[in-house]
Amino acid sequence: MAEIIIPTPLRKFADNQATIAVAGDNILSAIEDLVTQFPDLKKQIFDAQGQIKRFIRIYKGEDDIESLDNEKTAIEADTVISIIPAIAGGAN
Amino acid sequence: MVINQESEVFKSITTLGKYVGNTPLYEIQHLSPKPKVKIYAKMEWMQFGGSVKTRPAYQIIKAALESGELGTGKTLLDASSGNTGLAYATICARLGIPVTICLPENASWERKKLLKGLGVNIVYTSKFGSSDESEAKAHEMYNNEPDKYFLANQYNNENNWKAHYEGTGPEIFEELGDSITHFMTGLGTTGSFTGISKYLKERDPSIQTIGLQPDGALHGLEGWKDMETAKVPGIYDTSLVDAIKHVDTYDAYDMLKETAKKEGILLSPSSAANLKGAIDLANEIEEGVIVTLFPDNAEKYSEIIKSLF
Repeated sequence: MAEIIIPTPLRKFADNQATIAVAGDNILSAIEDLVTQFPDLKKQIFDAQGQIKRFIRIYKGEDDIESLDNEKTAIEADTVISIIPAIAGGAN
Repeated sequence: MVINQESEVFKSITTLGKYVGNTPLYEIQHLSPKPKVKIYAKMEWMQFGGSVKTRPAYQIIKAALESGELGTGKTLLDASSGNTGLAYATICARLGIPVTICLPENASWERKKLLKGLGVNIVYTSKFGSSDESEAKAHEMYNNEPDKYFLANQYNNENNWKAHYEGTGPEIFEELGDSITHFMTGLGTTGSFTGISKYLKERDPSIQTIGLQPDGALHGLEGWKDMETAKVPGIYDTSLVDAIKHVDTYDAYDMLKETAKKEGILLSPSSAANLKGAIDLANEIEEGVIVTLFPDNAEKYSEIIKSLF
């Protein structure tokens, strides 16, 4: 299963775990699995329209998914996904 | 060793004091929802260094020079996600004092370039750990080499809130006096909230002081801390909090766009969030005078501006 690294500010909503194993074949389905496992994360990650909040950056490995296929970016069993807050607009 | 107050570095920081604070108090012209509710904001970018953080940085550095903790070859060390680091950097560049800033690596490229341009040595901390991890790193570096560094410690340094107690608060009260009914601003280090609220309440205990918070643990409001999930600064005085209100980052972005069109001001997201909080409050009361801060303008947020316009 792929793995999502939980940033420190969100660990409170994920039983204080740093990484969570998730099912799914792309970024969006993996994150949806994450919020199914930990429902309190849903409003932290998704906006009212059900989109990932635009000041949150998602990485597949070292790559920002914006430079790949965004939320449809395919993932594999050994993929590491990162959720990163963008400070002052940045994430790199 | 206490440095000679006739020395060049001391003369330089004393002279610099003329360019710190005394920012314009701007009356919002078109966005208040009710004619009997006035909204004012301090335009804090209109001072040396370009943000509200010049005030605490100046006070922290000046006090350290007076006590001899700085000015004798030590490097100023602290954690910052942006504006305080830039404030230290601008002041210390003038004084010839080296600066090391612990910065989350997910800060914008613009912040990194500006800090580098001002000669700062940047120590990056994990993009997963927020400014809390940067703060821990700064403490670790100081504990390993206490003779090398002066740890400015903005989250716990009393000179942070005192800069606002002695400067921003009196400036506001001098202009508006006892007409003020509410003061509100975002909570980050909490220096501005604590210092200004304390001063205003001492002058008029009826003034309501309101802390603004992001609506979640991850947000786009530079400098704000979600007190539910972040490390609470040591200088935060909760006894001064009459109420807490929340601001959604998206609402702040909308306010940023509206303020540009209707007031002619390009604000930073955190300044727009303060204004959004003030307008929400204005909708709840019939009359009053609400004061807030504009910590900085849009100048250093090109990545956000690019995404909004």
